[in-house]
Amino acid sequence: MTEINKPLHDLTVAELAASLRARRVSAIEAAQHFLARAQSHASLGAYLAMDDAATLAQARAADARLAAGTAGPLEGVPIAHKDIFVTRDFSSTAGSKMLDGYRSPFDATVVCCLAEAGAVTLGKLNCDEFAMGSSNENSAYKPVRNPWDPTRIPGGSSGGSAAAVAARLAPAATGTDTGGSIRQPASFCGITGIKPTYGRVSRYGMIAFASSLDQAGPMARTAEDCALLLSAMCGPDPDRDSTSLDVPSEDFTRSLNDSLEGLRIGIPREFFGEGLAPDVRAAVDGALREYEKLGARMVEISLPRTELSIPVYYIIAPAEASSNLSRFDGVKFGHRAKDYVDLVDMYKKTRAEGFGDEVKRRIMIGTYVLSHGYYDAYYLQAQKIRRMIADDFQQAFKSCDLIAGPVAPTVAWKLGGHGNDPLADYLADIFTLPASLAGLPGMSAPAGFGEGGMPVGLQLIGNYFSEARLLNAAHRLQQVTDFHSRKPEGV
Amino acid sequence: MSLTSLDIARIANLARMELRPDESERLLTQINGFFGIVEAMRAVDTSGIEPLAHPVAVIQDVALRLREDVISESNQRDANQRSAPAVERGLFLVPKVIE
Repeated sequence: MTEINKPLHDLTVAELAASLRARRVSAIEAAQHFLARAQSHASLGAYLAMDDAATLAQARAADARLAAGTAGPLEGVPIAHKDIFVTRDFSSTAGSKMLDGYRSPFDATVVCCLAEAGAVTLGKLNCDEFAMGSSNENSAYKPVRNPWDPTRIPGGSSGGSAAAVAARLAPAATGTDTGGSIRQPASFCGITGIKPTYGRVSRYGMIAFASSLDQAGPMARTAEDCALLLSAMCGPDPDRDSTSLDVPSEDFTRSLNDSLEGLRIGIPREFFGEGLAPDVRAAVDGALREYEKLGARMVEISLPRTELSIPVYYIIAPAEASSNLSRFDGVKFGHRAKDYVDLVDMYKKTRAEGFGDEVKRRIMIGTYVLSHGYYDAYYLQAQKIRRMIADDFQQAFKSCDLIAGPVAPTVAWKLGGHGNDPLADYLADIFTLPASLAGLPGMSAPAGFGEGGMPVGLQLIGNYFSEARLLNAAHRLQQVTDFHSRKPEGV
Repeated sequence: MSLTSLDIARIANLARMELRPDESERLLTQINGFFGIVEAMRAVDTSGIEPLAHPVAVIQDVALRLREDVISESNQRDANQRSAPAVERGLFLVPKVIE
């Protein structure tokens, strides 16, 4: 077995699960190894909450199941959760001061599903406040640093998840993607991440940002590992999430090795225009050439409303956010201002103190576009164009099986690089927003390296419920390239 | 179309957020900058297009479910109030509303 010669943190989830099943390593040993690594790499800012005693208790229970022969598919594998999922054993903050120290009375469905599969929780991972951001600089606690270059951002909003996996502080992590928050940090940190079809993974216990867009997914180093985690995360949650679809989970590993002979890959011309940096383009083109060698055929397609997806998304998401975040009023949970004169003043001061700048900006935009006299012109208009964007994809899928392109126009930028200009962050989301609005599954897989030796991801977008096909395509690429197994220096 | 500082004050009140004067000023500039890119969206002809709420409704009927109105949870009041800012005898405390 190859895994015997590697340090524990270099094992993939698949290798680690096999080692645990074969009792070559115990769940306790694995948990302790990663807890120690998280400590020694604390300067990356990836973790927000850890509790060794809680982690080790979970690991002991996993070892007992391994001994008793009742182990689940991920038994004893340590993972970490984006701090947007509520957990009983760890505080849950969504990266916000509003929820500083908040303890949830229950676990999110995703957390339960992975625990049932045997995974052990290492802790909670940093993210942009309420998942609003593309750089992780909007965390109220601390920024996350990119393991490939600590002067750069890891991407966002699942920046802690991407950095932790890239730096081998966890073999895999959960993330959430509303407008690209799994795919973009996966791309920026050189790991693999998939956002499934909207409705496949329960949103119960995911602190809500934009309910018609939010979707959870796994982030790991390989497509195979993402497939293993996604198999455990998917499935209907009919009593707890009203938008959860009645679509059973699958064994997403079953078709990883399928041939790509004859696969038609759609290349949207709008994704390869002037705004795309040459280094990113070169890496993406390189990955597409690998697909040609594997027997796939490139088909030019058009997604004509790609640019429109920016205003459409930044109307719909803040509108839903302003509604969802109205629950933070200082009454039932979270922060409450100390000094106030009456109830309304308490709300206003509590929210002024508890929310950061980007969250306030989005609440303001959302409140405005939903307010009397503006709803039709903005929110409804955006939802109509949203349908047109989704229809454009259906048109495109008549001539291709999946769509490929860049995840982001550039590699990860420097911390503070976008200055105080939120619009610069919004515009950089252009390639991930269309699939989000359409609710389609999308992923990022390492495609090479660009400027400054920074990772570049290839985005793959599939039709509804085609996650197995996407993972298959990413896995085949990973069999003929080694970008996913390269390691940042000093890690 | 441009928002004014009066609009910012009105929206902040609707959103129940107190803004410092410098915050209001910055938000006014940033939000007006944002609405610059929204203009392109307003110009799109969407007559006859149905708004899309659940994205998968593009390919199949998606009905929001109702569940049976039956008790499914036990009493979790203590656990649910553990993170509340102010609680007394099982009740959430708020400032006096009616004099």
